[in-house]
Amino acid sequence: MISFSGVVKRYPGGQEGLKGVSFTIGAGEFAFVAGHSGAGKSTLLKLIPAIERPSAGAILVNGQNVGTLKRTALPYLRRNLGLVFQDQKLLYDRNVYDNVMLPLAFSELGGREAARRARAALEKVGLLAREKANPIQLSGGEQQRLAIARAVVNRPSVLIADEPTANLDAESAAAILEIFAAFNQVGVTVLVATHDEALIGRFARRVLRLAKGRLVE
Amino acid sequence: MKSWLRHHRQAVSAAFGKLAAQKSASLLNALVIGIALSLPAGGYALLSSLRSVTLGAALEPQLSVFLRADSLRPAADALGARLKGDTRLNDVRFVSREQALKELQATEGLAEVVAALARNPLPDAFVLRPKLADAAQLDALAKELLAMPGVAHVQVDSAWARRLGALAGTARLAIALLATLLAFGLVAIAFNTIRLQILTQRAEIEISKLIGATDAFIRRPFFYLGALQGLAGGLVALVILRASFAALNVGVSELAASYGSTFRLGYLDPWDSVAVVLFTAALGWLGAVLSVSKYLLEIEPK
Repeated sequence: MISFSGVVKRYPGGQEGLKGVSFTIGAGEFAFVAGHSGAGKSTLLKLIPAIERPSAGAILVNGQNVGTLKRTALPYLRRNLGLVFQDQKLLYDRNVYDNVMLPLAFSELGGREAARRARAALEKVGLLAREKANPIQLSGGEQQRLAIARAVVNRPSVLIADEPTANLDAESAAAILEIFAAFNQVGVTVLVATHDEALIGRFARRVLRLAKGRLVE
Repeated sequence: MKSWLRHHRQAVSAAFGKLAAQKSASLLNALVIGIALSLPAGGYALLSSLRSVTLGAALEPQLSVFLRADSLRPAADALGARLKGDTRLNDVRFVSREQALKELQATEGLAEVVAALARNPLPDAFVLRPKLADAAQLDALAKELLAMPGVAHVQVDSAWARRLGALAGTARLAIALLATLLAFGLVAIAFNTIRLQILTQRAEIEISKLIGATDAFIRRPFFYLGALQGLAGGLVALVILRASFAALNVGVSELAASYGSTFRLGYLDPWDSVAVVLFTAALGWLGAVLSVSKYLLEIEPK
C-alpha cells in the first residue's frame, strides 16, 4: 500500500530531511512514525501526498510512484488519502458542516449523498450536534476531530496524521487515537506521526522510529 | 456531465457569494468599469445617431444629374433607363421637378419664398449613388454623364462626402482607440480584484489543494467572478448611457426642432447593448484568467 525505497529528501541548501529511508506498510495496517522533533517525521508524511517530492528513491502509494506523478495527477492521489495536520488547517469562516463538505465539493457525489456523507463523518467523530458551530468555538480536541471528519469524508484508503495529538491533553489524545483505531478496524491504513511515547505505548502498534532522518527501528 | 454542471453551478454561486460579501468594493468596481466604458459606447451611439442624420447617404459619394429645364419626361425616362443599366451605379433615384419643389417648400423658412415664385424653376434630376469611391473615377463618370442627351449639369458630391467620411473615420478610430485603452483598463481592474481575492482566500486555496481539488476547480469561481464583475460594469455603462442620452435629448430635441427636425440621439440598439455587456464580461474573464495564471500557481501547500 505504502512503500518507501531508499528515499532521500534534500532541501535547498543541502540539508537532508530523510536519508535513505525504506519501509513498507501493508493495506489495513496501523503504524506510528515516532521520533524527536526534527527527526524527519513530517517530511516523511509530506512525501506520501507529494506535498514534498523526494530527492532520490521511490515512493509507491497504492501502486503509483508518487515521486514521478505529474502535477495534474496530484489531486486524484490526494483524494484517496485522508490528511490530518497538527494545525488542523480548518476554515474559520465556515461552520463545522461546511468544513467537512469541502472535499465533497469537488467529488462526483450529488448534493444529497454528499450531505449524508458529511453528517455520517461528523457522527463518527462525535460532532454532529455541533455542525452549525464555527470551528473557533470548538476545543482543541474537537477541532482535531473535525479535521479527522474532513479527512475521512471521502472514504480514503489511507489516513495520514501529523502530530494529531500534539496540543491535546492525555485524555483527548487517547480519544483521537481511538478514532484512528476505529477507522483502522474497518480496513483503513493509518499512519500517525507522534513524539508521544506514552501514547505509542498505550496503543501497541508497529512503530517506524526516525532519528536524524534515518529509520532506526 | 451532471457533476460538471454541478461544479459550474457551484462556481457561479461562489462567485455571486464573493460579490455579495464585498458589496461596496464590487459596486465601486462596477462603477469604475461602467463609467470608463460608457465613453466609447456613448461615442459609438452618437456616431450612429449622426449617421442617421445624414440620411444614411452622407458617407457615400453622390452624383446629382440635373436635366435641362426644357427636357421632356419621355427623355428623362429614357435617360433613367440608361442609368439604371449602368453597372457602375448602386442606386438611381429620379427626383421630378415637382417633387423637388415640394421638398423645397417643406424646408423650414423657404415655404413663403417658394410660394412667391411664378413658376417652378427647378429641373428634373437624378440622384446617383456610384459604386466608385475614387475621386478621379468619379470625375470621369461625371464628365461622361454631362455628355448624355438632356443633361444640363452634373454635381459631384464626393468632396464633402470624403471630408465627412474622413471625419467619421477619424471619430470611429478615436472611439476604437479609446475602447481599446479602456478595455486594457478593465482587464487590469479584473486582474487586480482577482489577485486580491486570491490572496484573501490563500488559506482556503492551500487547503483545497491539499485535500484533492484540481486547479480547474479552484480557478473556476475566480473566472466567473471576473466575468460577473465585467458584466456588472457593462450594465452600469448601459444605464449611464441611457441616463446621459435622456438628459442630452432634452436639449438636442429643442435644437433639432428649431431646424424643423425631429432628430433625437439614438440609444444603442438591443444587439449593441448585448454586445457591450458580453464584451465587458469577456474582458473581466480575461483579467481573471491572467491573474489566476500568475498567482494561483504560486500557492502550493507546505
